[in-house]
Amino acid sequence: MIAHAIVFYIFSLIAIVSAIMVTVSKNTVNSVFFLILDFISISCLFIMIGAEFLGMIMLIVYVGAVAVLFLFVVMMLNVAQQKNEWFNSSGRSSHIPVGLLVSIIIFFELIIVIGGWKYKPDLLDSIAIEINTDLTNTQSLGSVIYTDYIHLFQLSGMVLLVAMIGAIVLTFRQRSGVKRQSYFKQISRDRKDGIELVDVENNKGVKIDA
Amino acid sequence: MSELFIFFEQIYRILFLLVPVLVSVAMIVWLDRRVWAFVQKRRGPNVVGPFGLFQTLADALKYIFKEIIIPASSNKVIFILAPIVTMTLALISWAVIPFSETFVLADINVGILYLFAVSSLGVYGIIMGGWASNSKYPFLGAIRSAAQMVSYEVSIGVIIINVLLCVGSLNLSDIVLAQKDLWFVIPLFPMFIIFFISALAETNRPPFDLPEAEAELVAGYQTEYSGMMYAMFWLGEYANILLMCAMGSILFLGGWLSPIDLFPFNVIPAPIWLILKILFLFILFALIKAIVPRYRYDQLMKLGWKIFLPFSLIYVVLTASFLMYFDLLPGN
Repeated sequence: MIAHAIVFYIFSLIAIVSAIMVTVSKNTVNSVFFLILDFISISCLFIMIGAEFLGMIMLIVYVGAVAVLFLFVVMMLNVAQQKNEWFNSSGRSSHIPVGLLVSIIIFFELIIVIGGWKYKPDLLDSIAIEINTDLTNTQSLGSVIYTDYIHLFQLSGMVLLVAMIGAIVLTFRQRSGVKRQSYFKQISRDRKDGIELVDVENNKGVKIDA
Repeated sequence: MSELFIFFEQIYRILFLLVPVLVSVAMIVWLDRRVWAFVQKRRGPNVVGPFGLFQTLADALKYIFKEIIIPASSNKVIFILAPIVTMTLALISWAVIPFSETFVLADINVGILYLFAVSSLGVYGIIMGGWASNSKYPFLGAIRSAAQMVSYEVSIGVIIINVLLCVGSLNLSDIVLAQKDLWFVIPLFPMFIIFFISALAETNRPPFDLPEAEAELVAGYQTEYSGMMYAMFWLGEYANILLMCAMGSILFLGGWLSPIDLFPFNVIPAPIWLILKILFLFILFALIKAIVPRYRYDQLMKLGWKIFLPFSLIYVVLTASFLMYFDLLPGN
């Protein structure tokens, strides 16, 4: 049990410190790396409370895909130019009140949630779904999402699909005059349409682009 | 006291797993070069030791004594971290590979997800190395590789779903045991082919080695690395290839199970079968390196997103309907 507690505190310490470092570090790429570290330690915490499926999905989705795209975008930006702008600019004071406001709101939300647990001690008992402790959490998540709430699941899938189509439509643009390669054309070329044998007359030459 | 004992026992078991893996990585590099040479009618490395077996060890010794050069304008912390990340991620995934029914370091519930998660983290070593070098070719190589690995992970994920539908568990031992009567390579043969090709792309092997295409990018993300740090990238890469082979043999070739449960075959210990299957897949990897020319980048992307992904999605629907119709779905 002691080992469990020690490991828990190590991971939470890493999570908190790296979350602070995300906002503090001056280099944006370093921020993203700290964000990734944060994701990893949080997924370790998930695994420690026995939610191994959530932990792994967190790793796969956030670290394996979302953060990679993040990193892409940040690396492509001209980092040298925007570096330190935040800390040195005179407009610094205009950002801080907004940030403070947001963090105060989130802080109070957290207090309300945590307080809610205290005000209502039977919160766990009032959950509608029966939790079967014999099943692994992968199985129980699966039966909740794909059996009990299948319609809501399908609905959220449709919302995501619409969002995806919207994103594609917004960024899609047809450019004219771009030469594209067609594999089938390239592969199906043979000697007949690639090579033409011509008898060249002396001092006349051949027209190439006929 | 007992906790301390468990701690040391675990360390012993980890060493007992990792040392053979590292040695076999060295051997597999030699095998790769030999197969490559064999196809091209060359001899390959044959000087150091019997059949040149110790060539990789000699190379490793050479790398150890070479100077590690860190570019002046690089981001030094990330530059040094990158090969460490690659190597670590390549090794930690071996923890869940079951070598037999009892011989597995960590028999966790979500073994296959763990493998998938770790292999999807592998891209960070490459991006970090490419970006921290602060040089054009490594950065281009890193970007190419990141796009490539993220794309092919998607199709590997869908292929894994196909297998999981037939098993009903995310545990790797359960996946192997479910193939006792019929290896999944037979009913899911198209998925096996796609998995194999995606594994080539995921590990940046030829014909998909665009991140290190030497004609265009010098050596891709490894360009600025030298000495031991380069060797770590290299070891990590080969450990990843071995891991992909192990994953393929567990998902499709029945893991540690013998092909037929008859006398001469079932006395051979289970880990040997797994190793033989890994070797078989690896020799295929090496042969493909020797005989297939490199893909163009747009072809690679098109293959991943427009051919593999739709095809494996359709196959998921087919498998699910088949299992549903014949009432073969694995119950709890």
